[in-house]
Amino acid sequence: MINKKVANAQEAINDIKDGDTLMIGGFGLCGIPENCITALVQKGVKNLTCISNNAGVDDFGIGLMLHKKQVKKMISSYVGENAEFERQLLSGELDVELIPQGTLAFRCMAAGYGMPAIYTPAGIGTEVAIGKEVRNFNGKDYLLEKAFDANFAIVKAWKGDTAGNLIFKATSRNFNTVMAMAGKITIAEVEELVEPGQLDPNQIHTPGVYVHRIFQGKDYEKRIEKKTTSV
Amino acid sequence: MLDKEGIAKRIAQEIQNNFYVNLGIGIPTLVANYIPKDIQVCFQSENGLLGMGPFPKESEVDPDLINAGKQTITMLPGAAVFDSAMSFGMIHAQKIDLTILGAMEVSEMGDIANWKIPGKMVKGMGGAMDLVASAKNIIVAMQHINKAGESKLLPTCSLPLTGIKCVKKIVTELAVLSVLPEGGFKLLERAPGVSVETIKKATLGKLIIEGEIPEMAFD
Repeated sequence: MINKKVANAQEAINDIKDGDTLMIGGFGLCGIPENCITALVQKGVKNLTCISNNAGVDDFGIGLMLHKKQVKKMISSYVGENAEFERQLLSGELDVELIPQGTLAFRCMAAGYGMPAIYTPAGIGTEVAIGKEVRNFNGKDYLLEKAFDANFAIVKAWKGDTAGNLIFKATSRNFNTVMAMAGKITIAEVEELVEPGQLDPNQIHTPGVYVHRIFQGKDYEKRIEKKTTSV
Repeated sequence: MLDKEGIAKRIAQEIQNNFYVNLGIGIPTLVANYIPKDIQVCFQSENGLLGMGPFPKESEVDPDLINAGKQTITMLPGAAVFDSAMSFGMIHAQKIDLTILGAMEVSEMGDIANWKIPGKMVKGMGGAMDLVASAKNIIVAMQHINKAGESKLLPTCSLPLTGIKCVKKIVTELAVLSVLPEGGFKLLERAPGVSVETIKKATLGKLIIEGEIPEMAFD
């Protein structure tokens, strides 16, 4: 089996440079690649374009990179809950492209399936449609949305093997599988890394062909954004 | 006049047996508390879950298991998890029977605005534009009048749109209204103790009133 294992987050992100476009998996703070984000903050790369559903919170997730002013542009669907983000946006330091959540997923999916673009009805008749090609199929209008083109995808899985196969837990799968498929180089950090043969091939969510580097992360905080309980 | 729980309770009456339902953040989330015991319903959370259960007990909290509002939740027996592309795939393929969401404004043509206030609020549309573009049936849960005392049921929306010609029904603290395909809010029911006159004053868009308007009935 082809071995994708690298030692740690520092090695995995070593060749990410200023100006790169990164896809970063997760929904809210659920399923985010904590180790790689920390390594990117330490490395201090700047002028990044980040494609991620959200922008973290002030002191966690992509919020840590925003705080160090490493991000030039965010492509996201929802960016609430982040005061520093709002400040940079209003002051013009940060460029933001807000797109529908399904469009974000489909543009990843298209890249992963080798399709140049997809049609979606999301955003028809709104400011999202401005400047985009509209085509009518069976009486309904659709927008042409192009596949993402990202240098790197950085994802977080529950389990993985050194061949790059990944398994995700519960709703932490979110954008991680589609982004893993979409990156020119995909980096996966996992909670538990095992040897080939130890994961059931029937249970794999992302086949190793899509993953270029994999390592076992450490010290996962898994912060909860809105802990809600019942009695 | 209804409170938020009352609006949720009235909307729960719209849910039919064997429906797959997507609930938005705010009042729509409360609807889950009022589903009649004798019907089967399955809740979708667009971050990638079918079969969403109630909030967890303290001992069951799992950071890897949240809803679209980023709250911790549980999964019911028979639940399934999937990625974001499949989640919005099932929304656009119209596998979800009903979407219930909040709004800042609705127009008499069924247009909806609920994601942006220029110069004030920049949070993003999340999954709302996908849901309104493809839902088979959309019910809006909202206040009839905003905090400034202005009607939210308008001839045309003044805020940036989330989707066009999509809202089918609106439940507010004052009334239940349907949006007619040719345009106009048709008054279906009054909230307990609310007069037709009050609803007329609170509705800036075209209001259609035919015959006697019944009061909402609750068990």
